[in-house]
Amino acid sequence: MSDFDDAPLLRVSGLTHRYGNTIACRDVSFELYPGEVLGIVGESGSGKTTLLDCLSGRLRPSTGEVAYDVRGRGLLDIHRQLSEPERRMLMRTDWGIVLQDPREGLRMRVSAGANVGERLMAIGARHYGEIRAQAVDWMERVELDLARIDDPPSTFSGGMRQRLQIARNLVTGPRLVFMDEPTSGLDVSVQARLLDLLRRLTRELNLASIVVTHDLGVVRLLSHRLIVMRDGEVVEHGLTDRVLDDPRHPYTQLLVSSILPV
Amino acid sequence: MIRVEQLTKSFVLHNQGGVEIPVFADIDLEVTAGECLVLAGPSGVGKSTLLRSLHANYLPNQGRVFVRHREEWVDLAVAEPRTVLDARRHTVGHVSQFLRAIPRVPAIDLVAEPMLDIGIGQDEAIDRAAAVLARLNLPEALWRLPPATFSGGEQQRVNIAITFARDYPILLLDEPTASLDAGNRAVVIEMIREATANGAAVVGIFHDRDVREAVGTREFDLREARPAA
Repeated sequence: MSDFDDAPLLRVSGLTHRYGNTIACRDVSFELYPGEVLGIVGESGSGKTTLLDCLSGRLRPSTGEVAYDVRGRGLLDIHRQLSEPERRMLMRTDWGIVLQDPREGLRMRVSAGANVGERLMAIGARHYGEIRAQAVDWMERVELDLARIDDPPSTFSGGMRQRLQIARNLVTGPRLVFMDEPTSGLDVSVQARLLDLLRRLTRELNLASIVVTHDLGVVRLLSHRLIVMRDGEVVEHGLTDRVLDDPRHPYTQLLVSSILPV
Repeated sequence: MIRVEQLTKSFVLHNQGGVEIPVFADIDLEVTAGECLVLAGPSGVGKSTLLRSLHANYLPNQGRVFVRHREEWVDLAVAEPRTVLDARRHTVGHVSQFLRAIPRVPAIDLVAEPMLDIGIGQDEAIDRAAAVLARLNLPEALWRLPPATFSGGEQQRVNIAITFARDYPILLLDEPTASLDAGNRAVVIEMIREATANGAAVVGIFHDRDVREAVGTREFDLREARPAA
């Protein structure tokens, strides 16, 4: 993170989402600044995935606002002040979404290079040589073997696929990346390297991100701030190491004390 | 550089029937540039808890933790997370008792990272990291290895290097010499004295009397801050 940027990139206020009579997440508010990494933790059913879907524009919340600093236009409610095409453009350019299962975030049958280049073509890039050069550059930055650039990700390991998914998202220079359990599907030995890569990239690119996970080890290493959710509500919110080392809420205390020692 | 007012801390253990454990109450402290304040008192008296409160790792129940950051007094007890992180990045260095690092990252990169964070170039950061690791007598063969398999003393030296490769105006040291041999203890003593000579304000917990006597300019005994029963 570089020095102070005083305008928030994202401002969430009073966000609530209901499925019928069930409240999936209730009255969530926070701000995110450029370069900040926010972790959202909670067990399955806590509402963290619904919250991520609302934040990333894929689900319209029942009430409340998700305001994003749209380039050149300032903070706008992505659900109510942007049209569907504008929202899609945002997702393809200024935002990235890294999913737990890279098969959902990649096209498995086209080459690795095309997976990265596709996002550039979607925003109008047409020059083959330039697209190829950017794909090469990003394969290198996520430490993928360039010899594999013409192979489809169906031939890649899980860790390689996740690196490719990250490259595909970052090639358009997003300012905000959403990550849903980005390391959970990977072998432990691969997780550590990927976490180091994500830390390095967020620092180099002053990238803001929101990481949803149930893994407290991941948020300890990756996130600056932490939101703890239970039954759709934010029960604790603060500096990551403060929340983990001096938890105040009974549920956070239970969560932290339940980590298995190695 | 540091001004603590009316600081009170207790822990409430909700999953142990809500029992409240008071640690200390109404602490007032001031540490100026060039001072090294030694936290004293028997084990369990709250020395680490106070040090962690100064680092905003623990949240006090009441009171203020002012640090001089970017030429202003910032109260870490109530500051926004990003302000706390900015203060930690630029002003408040901290050596914990144990190294906590991303697995599989080489020692020298761990030491370089806080320098990269403030915009120092890669080459210079690595050079400075190498210099401080050499000074702490960490064998060069270990620099490119992740510290997970290092001995306790080697890990602790990496931990010290991570903080001392930078020049923080405020240093919080939690038993930095506990697992070091006499030779390396002497190196750390020298580094702390250089820091205070250069104007750093230091607060530390030191198990060894020789270290306390060599670096301390003042002592604060936590027994004076026992909360009323």
